[in-house]
Amino acid sequence: MDWQTIIDSLPSYAEPFWVTVQVTVGASALALVVAFGLGLMTSSKHLIVRTPARTVVEFIRGSSVVVQLFWFAYAMPQLLGIQFDYAILTGIIALALNYGAYSSEVVRGAIAAVPKGQLEAATALNFTSAQKMRLVILPQAWPEMIPSLCSFAIMLLKASALVSLVQIIDLTAWAETLGRRPGQDLLVHLGLILVIYFILAWLIWTGMRALERRAKRGLGQGHPTTRTKDTETVGGVLGGLEPDDHVVTEGGGDRA
Amino acid sequence: MPSQTTDPIIKFDRVNKSFGDLEVLKGLSFEIGAGERVTLIGPSGSGKTTILRLLMTLELVTPVKHPDENGGVIWVEGAPYSHMEKGGKLHVASERYLRQRRQKVGMVFQQFNLFPNMKVLRNVTEAQVHTLKRSKEEAESKARDLLDLVGLSDKVDNYPNQLSGGQQQRVAIARALAMDPDILLLDEVTSALDPELVADVLGVLRDIADTTNITMLIVTHEMGFAKDVSNRVMMFDQGVIVEEDTPDRIFSDPQEVRTQDFLRAVLSE
Repeated sequence: MDWQTIIDSLPSYAEPFWVTVQVTVGASALALVVAFGLGLMTSSKHLIVRTPARTVVEFIRGSSVVVQLFWFAYAMPQLLGIQFDYAILTGIIALALNYGAYSSEVVRGAIAAVPKGQLEAATALNFTSAQKMRLVILPQAWPEMIPSLCSFAIMLLKASALVSLVQIIDLTAWAETLGRRPGQDLLVHLGLILVIYFILAWLIWTGMRALERRAKRGLGQGHPTTRTKDTETVGGVLGGLEPDDHVVTEGGGDRA
Repeated sequence: MPSQTTDPIIKFDRVNKSFGDLEVLKGLSFEIGAGERVTLIGPSGSGKTTILRLLMTLELVTPVKHPDENGGVIWVEGAPYSHMEKGGKLHVASERYLRQRRQKVGMVFQQFNLFPNMKVLRNVTEAQVHTLKRSKEEAESKARDLLDLVGLSDKVDNYPNQLSGGQQQRVAIARALAMDPDILLLDEVTSALDPELVADVLGVLRDIADTTNITMLIVTHEMGFAKDVSNRVMMFDQGVIVEEDTPDRIFSDPQEVRTQDFLRAVLSE
């Protein structure tokens, strides 16, 4: 092992790092679209909308993400003649479908968890179904989804290493290739990407936490933990239960 | 349908409602005239709330399909309400039809059900803008007037969960009134409130009863309020009307044993 060789090789991480970021961010964004699409469809009261969505979700969840990746990379171009010009796209689409299908359950669950009285009030005010969803249900369901979506985004980041299986050079693939070269050390490189993955995960986590705080403010809750019963579990999942942040808004000071 | 000299604003014609095997309303018929204030009393499970929920179209009558000469239809303002008329026959009402018909009906809920994602002002303006297509300025000016009426003009910029239960319920009343309903349904509106907050809410409702001619259907356990506000009280038990009369008569001299028992139980609380 030669430290100088290792240090000299570090700039070569720039491109694989960018690949990992692209796959993670691209697949997360697309997964969010898939999650809302499938989540709204599986929430539908119409069987004709719900059944196909359920089938897709269960099929994707029930089959291996690695096999799906191979399908997009190798089988689809042969069978359907679809050739993705940009290899990374294959990885992004496969991961997005997979994590989108999982996350759609989060979307569906959060929608179902909005109290029934909210829908009834919206009916009493004569909103259309679309207005109910857009103005009443989703704004309340969204903050509840964020912690779980955050977990999936971090899982997706780690799963992005799978794209190395279809000849895409991401962080993991590059660390392995580089680490086996003469004068290099595999352990050092694997240790390095471990830290890089961790930092990326931490960035996602921090971003999501800020997003959640903002979303809660939109419900008149200054902090994820200010509302006691309903959101305690959410705050707990994020490990954000700070004892000083007790309920300040509940009850209303003056009762005019 | 039997003809009427003056059409009642609400008419239940032998209405049935079941939840699974449980029959909540059994061939219930009654009429309510425009501007009347009717209080529904009776033990829990007697079907009072179900009547309001049917009128708000939160529940559908049983059976929803194929109403026939045996009735089972709710009429509002002289037209079928639980069903729609097509080719001289009554059919299952479409969502579009229900949306058009429920426009003139408003409801205040036991649990307030304010939208927690909207500030107080927007709770009152949102439906005006989106379902009545009022301009934002018009909706806001109406909302401010109504929030003033319920004594909360200083809370427009608060979120619902920053208000007490009594304040939230008063916002909910303003929100319902902003839609200019002809019929207002009040479903145990003070039952979820701490005792000291009840009076404010009832005060607001008394004001509204005094200053408008909105038809009101009230489900409540506040007998004093029922006495003050309503001009008719209907006593329900097991999905049928046991007795109905003016509040004075029903509270001072109930004829039926079940009414006497119920009033004794409620008033001794």
